[in-house]
Amino acid sequence: MDGPSITHSQDGFSGFVARALASRSFVVGFAVTALIALMALVSFVWTPYDVTKLVVADRMLPPSAAHWFGTDHFGRDVLSMIMVGARNSIAVALVAVGIGMGFGVPLGCLAAARGGWPDEIVMRFNDLVFAFPALLSAVMITAVFGPGAINAIIAIGIFNIPVFARVARAGALAIWPREFILAARAAGKGKARITVEHILPNIATLLLVQGTIQFALGILAEAGLSYVGLGAQPPMPSWGRMLFDAQTRMMVLPSLALFPGLAIVITVLGLNLLGDGVSDALDPKLRRRA
Amino acid sequence: MTAYLAQRFLIAVATLLVASLVVFAVLEVLPGDPARLMLGINATPDAVEALREQMGLNSPRPVRYLDWVAGMLSLDFGRSYTYSVPVIDLVAERIAVSLPLALISLVLSVAIAIPVGAFAAQRRGRAGDAVAMGAAQVGVAIPNFWFALLLIYLFAVWLRLVPAGGFPGWSAGVWPALKALFLPAIALALPQAAILARVTRSALIETLGEDYIRTARAKGLPFGAVLWRHALRNALIPMLTIIGLQFSFLLAGTIIIENVFYLPGLGRLIFQAITQRDLIVVEGVVMLLVATVVVVNLLVDLSYAIVDPRLRTR
Repeated sequence: MDGPSITHSQDGFSGFVARALASRSFVVGFAVTALIALMALVSFVWTPYDVTKLVVADRMLPPSAAHWFGTDHFGRDVLSMIMVGARNSIAVALVAVGIGMGFGVPLGCLAAARGGWPDEIVMRFNDLVFAFPALLSAVMITAVFGPGAINAIIAIGIFNIPVFARVARAGALAIWPREFILAARAAGKGKARITVEHILPNIATLLLVQGTIQFALGILAEAGLSYVGLGAQPPMPSWGRMLFDAQTRMMVLPSLALFPGLAIVITVLGLNLLGDGVSDALDPKLRRRA
Repeated sequence: MTAYLAQRFLIAVATLLVASLVVFAVLEVLPGDPARLMLGINATPDAVEALREQMGLNSPRPVRYLDWVAGMLSLDFGRSYTYSVPVIDLVAERIAVSLPLALISLVLSVAIAIPVGAFAAQRRGRAGDAVAMGAAQVGVAIPNFWFALLLIYLFAVWLRLVPAGGFPGWSAGVWPALKALFLPAIALALPQAAILARVTRSALIETLGEDYIRTARAKGLPFGAVLWRHALRNALIPMLTIIGLQFSFLLAGTIIIENVFYLPGLGRLIFQAITQRDLIVVEGVVMLLVATVVVVNLLVDLSYAIVDPRLRTR
C-alpha cells in the first residue's frame, strides 16, 4: 500500500455529488451516519427518559412499548442511555481525529516539502508511535492521570497522528512533481505557501476519506477503553461501559448486551460505508480496491 | 540487501531506545513513593528511607534509567512492589496465557481470511463476492469484546460447551487449557480476519491482472491452480504487511479480551499493576509489548526478502 494515486475528476464538485448519489455505499453510509449524529444531537434536548434518574422499581425490564430497549440494573432506560452514549463516542472519536489531523497533516506536509532529514525524523517518529498501540498508550496515560474520557481522547489522538502524517506525506509527494506546482514555484511562491495554496486542497479529499476511517476506528477504540474502565466514567453513559455492566447480567436479560453492541456496529458500519462511498465517488478508478 | 537489513535493525534499536525513554519519563512523573506504598502507611520514616536506598530510588534519575535499561537487557525487570517477586517471573507466568492466545488468533484469522479473500477474488463482481465482502464489512465493524460477549452467551451460557471464563492453567492439561482459550481466540480473530480478507482479495485481484497469470492460464492451468500457486504467492507482500500490523492490534486486543474472559494474562497483570500503582511492573510489561511490536515489524521486513527473491539482490 504505497502512495495513493491521485486522479483528478474533471467535472468538479457537481460530478462528485452525482457519483456519490449513485454509490449505494455512500447513500447508506451517509444516512446511517446522519441518523446517529442526529440521535446524539437530539439527546441534548430530549431523551425518552432522564438517564440520571434511577428508578429501582423499573430495574432490568425487558424491551416493551414503554421502554423500547428495556431498562438496566438501576432502572435507567437503555434507549435513552444509548442516545446519550452516542454523544460521548462521537465527541471522543471526533476530537481524536482532530488531534491526528492537526499534528499529522502539518508533519506529513513538512516531510514531503523538505525531504532529507526533516522527512527522516517525521518517519522515524511515526515508527515510534506505531510501536505503542492506542490501548497501551491509554494504559500508560491512565496510570499517570487516572481514568477518564480525556485520556481516551489523548491516547486515540496520539495514535492518529502518524496515520495522518503518512497519508498527507504520500499524497503531497504525489502532487509535488506536477506541472502546476512547477508553475507556482516559477511564479516565486515559497514551499510553505505552495503547500497551503496548492498541496492541501489537492490532498483534502484523501484526508477526508482517512478521516472517516479513523473516526470509525476511534469509535471502536473508545468503546474498548470504556469497557475496560479506562474511558468515560460513570454516571456518564458510554456504550462500552454499558456492555461491561451487561456482562454479568446477560444471563438474566440478554437484551442488555445486545443494544449497545448493535449501536457500535451500526455506527462503525455506517462510517466505513460512507468512507468507501466517498473514495468511490472521488476516484472511480480506485473502486473496490481496498 | 545487507545494508537494508542493517538499516532496519538500527531503526528498530533506536525506536526501542526512545520508547524506553518515553516510558521511563512518563512513569517517573507519577506521584507516590513506591517504598512507602510497599511498607504501608504505618511504616516509620527510617524504614521507608532504608527501603528507598535499597531499591535505588535515591540515585539520580539518569543513573536509575541506565540501571533499568541495563537490567532489562539481562532480562532483569526489577522486583514487583506488591508481589515482592521479580517482574520477569510474573511476566513469564502470564505470557504463557497471552502468547498462545495471540498466536492462535493470528493463525485463525489467517486461516479464515485467505480462503474468504480468495473465494471473493475468484468471483469478483458476482454474488459470492458481494456476500463475502459484505460479511467482511460487518466483521470489521464488530468490536471484539462485544463479539466475545455474544460467543459467551451462545457457547457457554446457552449450549454449555465451553467455560465462560477463567483459565485452569496448563498444568491442568493441554485440552482444558485450550478449551478455555477457544472463545477468546475466536473473538480476537474475527475482526482481524475481516480486515485481512479484504486485503487478500484486493491483492489477489491486482496480481490476477498480471501478464504471467494470463500466461499460466494460456498454457492450460485451471483457474484454481493459478490462483493458489501463482497469484497468492505474489500477493503475499501486502498481506504480510497487514499481518505484521495486525499483530500489534492483536496484542492490544488481548489486553481487553483477557478482561472479558478473566484470563490471567499480561493484560490483566497490567491492569492490576495500575490499580496497585506497581509501576515497575507497568514499565516492564509496556516495554515488553512495545519490544514485541518492534521485533515483529522487523521480522516482517525480513520476510519480504524471503517472499520476494528480487529484494535479496538489492
